[in-house]
Amino acid sequence: MDCVAGDCVRWFGGIGLADRPLVGGKGASLGELTRAGMAVPPGFVVTTAAFETVLAAIDPHGDIRARIERLHEGDLPAITAVADSIRERFLVAALPDAITRAVSEAHRLLGAPHAVAVRSSATSEDSADASFAGLQDTHLCVQGPEALLRAVRACWASLYSRESVSYRLRLKLPEREVAMGVVVQSMLASRAAGVMFTRSPITGDRSVIAIEGSLGLGSAIVSGEVTPDKYVVNKVTGEIVQRTVSAKALRHVAAADGGVRVEALGDSQQRLPALSDAEIRELAALGRQVERHYGAPQDIEWAVAPDRQGVERIYLLQSRPETVWSRRDALPVAQPAARAYDHVLAALHNRPR
Amino acid sequence: MDARVTRRFPLPSEIKDVPGTEGWRDMYPFFTRVRPEDDQRFWFYNSMHFPEPMPSFDSITSEVPYTGLGAYTTRVFAFPTALGIDHRIINGRVYITANTVTDPEEIERRLQVFQQRAPHYYENWNELYQQWERRLHALIAEVDAIEVPQLPEFEDPAVVFEARGIAQNHYVRAAFHRCVECFSKMWHHHFEFLMLGYGAYLVFFQFCKKAFPEIAEQMVARMVAGVEVLMFRPDDELKRLARLAVELGVDAPFIDRADPQQVLAAVGGLGEPGQRWLAELEKSRHPWFNTSTGDGFYHHHRSWNDDLSVPFSALPRYVAMVRAGKSIDRPTEQLRRERTRIIAEYRELLASDAERAVFDQMLGLCHVVFPYVENHKFYCEHWFTTRFYSKMREFGALLARKGVIDDLEDVFHLQHFEVDQALVDVMLAWAAGSAPAGAEHWKPMIAERKRILEKLKDWTAPPALGPMPDSIEDPAVQMLWGITSETLSMWSRGHDAPDSNELVGFAASPGVVEGLARVLKSVNEIGQMQDGEILVCAVTAPSWGPVFGKIRAAVSDIGGTMSHAAIVAREYGMPAVVGTGQATSRIRTGQRIRVDGDRGIVTLLG
Repeated sequence: MDCVAGDCVRWFGGIGLADRPLVGGKGASLGELTRAGMAVPPGFVVTTAAFETVLAAIDPHGDIRARIERLHEGDLPAITAVADSIRERFLVAALPDAITRAVSEAHRLLGAPHAVAVRSSATSEDSADASFAGLQDTHLCVQGPEALLRAVRACWASLYSRESVSYRLRLKLPEREVAMGVVVQSMLASRAAGVMFTRSPITGDRSVIAIEGSLGLGSAIVSGEVTPDKYVVNKVTGEIVQRTVSAKALRHVAAADGGVRVEALGDSQQRLPALSDAEIRELAALGRQVERHYGAPQDIEWAVAPDRQGVERIYLLQSRPETVWSRRDALPVAQPAARAYDHVLAALHNRPR
Repeated sequence: MDARVTRRFPLPSEIKDVPGTEGWRDMYPFFTRVRPEDDQRFWFYNSMHFPEPMPSFDSITSEVPYTGLGAYTTRVFAFPTALGIDHRIINGRVYITANTVTDPEEIERRLQVFQQRAPHYYENWNELYQQWERRLHALIAEVDAIEVPQLPEFEDPAVVFEARGIAQNHYVRAAFHRCVECFSKMWHHHFEFLMLGYGAYLVFFQFCKKAFPEIAEQMVARMVAGVEVLMFRPDDELKRLARLAVELGVDAPFIDRADPQQVLAAVGGLGEPGQRWLAELEKSRHPWFNTSTGDGFYHHHRSWNDDLSVPFSALPRYVAMVRAGKSIDRPTEQLRRERTRIIAEYRELLASDAERAVFDQMLGLCHVVFPYVENHKFYCEHWFTTRFYSKMREFGALLARKGVIDDLEDVFHLQHFEVDQALVDVMLAWAAGSAPAGAEHWKPMIAERKRILEKLKDWTAPPALGPMPDSIEDPAVQMLWGITSETLSMWSRGHDAPDSNELVGFAASPGVVEGLARVLKSVNEIGQMQDGEILVCAVTAPSWGPVFGKIRAAVSDIGGTMSHAAIVAREYGMPAVVGTGQATSRIRTGQRIRVDGDRGIVTLLG
């Protein structure tokens, strides 16, 4: 497939969930959030059409996908050999002009001097069935067009990391349906960031929202380097029913020369709550809105950062269906009975239901 | 259950008499005494219904209810796993245990009967409940109408001229028996629907806990509870009367601590508006002032009608609020809207339409049974029981007039079986033209019992006795006992750690408040409550309603999330912890405490 101009890049405002095959899971979700009126840092997706063009160029015999499908889940040496060679080819491949031009132009429109975040957006990731959490690349604070193109290639290549390939083999996902979009998004200078589950990650309770937050960029939580603050909000009453402020020894901040820098926090700063009560409530309300929009519990990434006018606001960076508990939802807690009081008769009989 | 807390409680046989109370056993019928085999069973102190040592007569409020309750579970509906309740009186306190069925074949056999019978009530609930209300009205009228013969020197001439053929001493015993009979019928009616109603609550609670593992019981209770329940009516009537007094301009006599009779006389002297207010008061009094100042289990739980000082102590406050232009009405519309919203939100949050269908079925059934479950208390424990005790006072007056007891109230220091004998003695003497023998027999006995009863009040009753069961998972037993494995674990924690400065109970209404405690032993003491204090009591009932306008938080020994204190606290938006088991014995008036209604913990600070 050739990447014709216009197919290579799609802006968030022009895509939604239905565009997953073209822009991948993360890109589709960010588009959907943008369309739903949420505050999302602006950005675009380098489409799977671009990916397919490059893949075709480095795979003249068109047999990469078939080779992967022939691998056995447990055969790590074989997986390593195949995956490593594919990745290597992605990293050195010559990019068609159409792609380079389209990406650079979009980058300029986004405000090229500002740093961007570059994130993998595979067609298979972030679905209700498979999270692919953390298996594919994310590059933060990417500065300049050269670095951006490097990051895009790295994201493509990460689709063929050993872990990703193993994961797909385990889930028996058909390779021909797997492709990689790459999200390019304005980088936020977040004061605080974290994740939010619109149900309890501990009990699966859908009536609460669990928020984890830390100071600085969200990468500190994702990488597990800090113990985040934890907040639990009751969806029905809006009450903050639990509030645990942890000692956060460090935060991630954007490095001057691109990338992320770890910054130690002094004693007085460590105990500062990542979020005020008002922010917790606002965030929970946003979570509820997104959940309603999707019609299912969500796993959301958020950040509190100044906008272009310097006013702090809450941004959503990602929303994907919650996968762990939703699988258990398939079994209802109880089944309707012929007559309402049959429930009581059954309970009083005390037989296991 | 947590292994650390599976410590056993004292055995029934290990409980010592309180020095100086030897002979307390004779105060109660023989069948309430501890038997050797009782050491094998787990008992718990029913402090919810019997927070004080029992006067002899009042043990009828354990004997008769348990004959009614067990009849319905064991024999009438044949609950598959649950029979009835055994009770024992130990140092004046009522301990109970539930009898269960564990043999699978026996359960199956009972299930066959149960499945044929229970549906009749569920399917015809509203119609049967209306019939029930008519029956209760009739029963209350019947007990009210019972005439206690006065045994004058000569019989009523009508007995001769209408050739009735029966002299009135016959009716002394007959009337007494009819009172006891009505009391027994009332308790049968009381349990006619109750366990089936609790069953509907229980399955909904369990469903909510499964669907929303972190849901607070108080949220489930808010979905179930109705807004218009009789429980609130007496207090609503007071508010109506307060508003009316201000409207009619007859509000001046309503001042703190004024004697009700003087207030009535003053209002009566205010011309036509005063007369109108008094007429409205009469309308409120019948039936709404037939509300007990306790929960109807003791003879000293008089009704507002018996003792107007309770409602009249609340009126000045309401009058002052009306004058100041403050709203005193329950925000029923808002409560209803909020309930509708909560229900809709939880319903939407369920995972599937199948679960939503279950939710609708179970909550729908709760709403069907709710009016009975909540309203029966007004008819049974309040209205009927206060009338019953008033009637007993008439028998007490007869005995006092005949000189066999000193004061009419002394009748409550005799078992009802003994009252029977005391009356027969008087009947005989009236007929024989001689003096009754009772004075020498009853008076010393009554004096001794009064002394013993006073001493028994100092005894701290263990919350439970005997080997603790691992858990109480059987929903029917939970319904019978009103307690769960969590309650047991909570109690035994308190039992193990008398030095802990924390009391654990149910989080009944959210919020955290610190303040000074006021421990009230009975509703008659509500006049002592100062603005901004925290109420600490054994249990609350509708007659406690007025106190909630003054306090900042409520703590009770007894009760769950559907208890009166819990419901009212939520409506007033104040923190409450209920079912602590021991708040009134651990907290002193004037002590600084923190009430955490989110976690269900009371901390003693000072």
